[in-house]
Amino acid sequence: MNEDRLHAYVDDRASESERRDIEALLARDADAAARAAAYAAQNRALHELFDPLLDEPHALHVPADAGSRWRHWGGVAALLLVGAAIGYIARGWLGAPHPPTTLARQAALAHAAYVPEVRHPVEVAGAEEQHLVAWLSKRLATPIRAPSLATAGYQLLGGRLLPPTHAADPAPLALLMYENAQGRRLSLLVKRESTNTVTAFRYAEDGPVRTFYWIDGPLGYALSGDLPKEELQAVARLVYRQLNP
Amino acid sequence: MRGAGFAAADAQRLIPRLRRYALALTGNRDAADDLTQDTLERAWRKRALWQPGTDLRAWLFSVMHNVWVNGVRAARPAVSLDDDAAAASAALAAAAPQSAEGGIVLAELQQALLRLPEEQRAVLLLIGLEQLSYAEAAAVLAVPIGTVMSRLARGREQLRRLLAQEPHAPGPLRRVK
Repeated sequence: MNEDRLHAYVDDRASESERRDIEALLARDADAAARAAAYAAQNRALHELFDPLLDEPHALHVPADAGSRWRHWGGVAALLLVGAAIGYIARGWLGAPHPPTTLARQAALAHAAYVPEVRHPVEVAGAEEQHLVAWLSKRLATPIRAPSLATAGYQLLGGRLLPPTHAADPAPLALLMYENAQGRRLSLLVKRESTNTVTAFRYAEDGPVRTFYWIDGPLGYALSGDLPKEELQAVARLVYRQLNP
Repeated sequence: MRGAGFAAADAQRLIPRLRRYALALTGNRDAADDLTQDTLERAWRKRALWQPGTDLRAWLFSVMHNVWVNGVRAARPAVSLDDDAAAASAALAAAAPQSAEGGIVLAELQQALLRLPEEQRAVLLLIGLEQLSYAEAAAVLAVPIGTVMSRLARGREQLRRLLAQEPHAPGPLRRVK
């Protein structure tokens, strides 16, 4: 008994004359007949097991409208940007400093929470800078770098991961901490930005904590400390130069 | 994009067929729905590759096969066959009636299917369940027709042997003659 013919018979793909030939062979071959019966039963059982799914309601869909949806949200985003720009310009007319935005506020809060820590200011120490940067880059899903602030007298103390600011934007944030010889600390918050924009330095004050913050392409930065504004701005410029050599 | 690809509604109509195959392949409802949705997304992105006039269902099966093979390869270290089979019997035993087809208990069939090598399972399902021709199955899996025939023969015989073993499952899965 040819194996392929047996399967063609089981699957009802044999011609009428082949079918008669095969049935004649099966009548004389009990083993082949048992196999043919078992295979045909498998086919029927497969239908019995899985056919009920054909009538089941489901929530799946062809994502055919995804393109237009993106165009729609693109339009909304453009409008929001225009609105934000108008707000930004108007605020400039009304006078600085800007009230803290999410990035600046998060930076100030993180700075206030972790800078006073004596024993555990960071999760990974600056001595393991390569590991620290690789770890944070992986968690932010974007390569980040720890700028060298040695010329301003600050050494990398280490870094930690912070929870995201919105559940809708679940990328975590990275906090790098620096310390000078007098034990004064600065923190640099790094956040992945969904908008690939470039902004000027902005400045915010939140209690005693001063923050310079800006967006540079895929990443937003916020440098916080309780230094005089001019000193902090000088370090912020250094950070920017280090990251854009 | 008109003229390139298929209408979304045509693929939408085929979703129940894709889900059926996906469930038989994975043995797990959530995995099957994920596989089907991933397939729809990939197929829609690649819709210009579908040749008008050919069977859209067979083409979607070939997309699903690729998505599945990639996913199985990625997931393999984490999932053992035993886990698969246990999850599948838990998921399907409640739904599967105890009626028998040729002495086959349906929950046992699902378990046995998952014990087949993936390549044999796919062939057996495309032909036995989805009723593709041997040539169509060969095209879906991108293998020669002779390979389809040998996988089909080995898969069916293996399945027969698995189902002929005395069931080691407890009460609810006992064979009904």
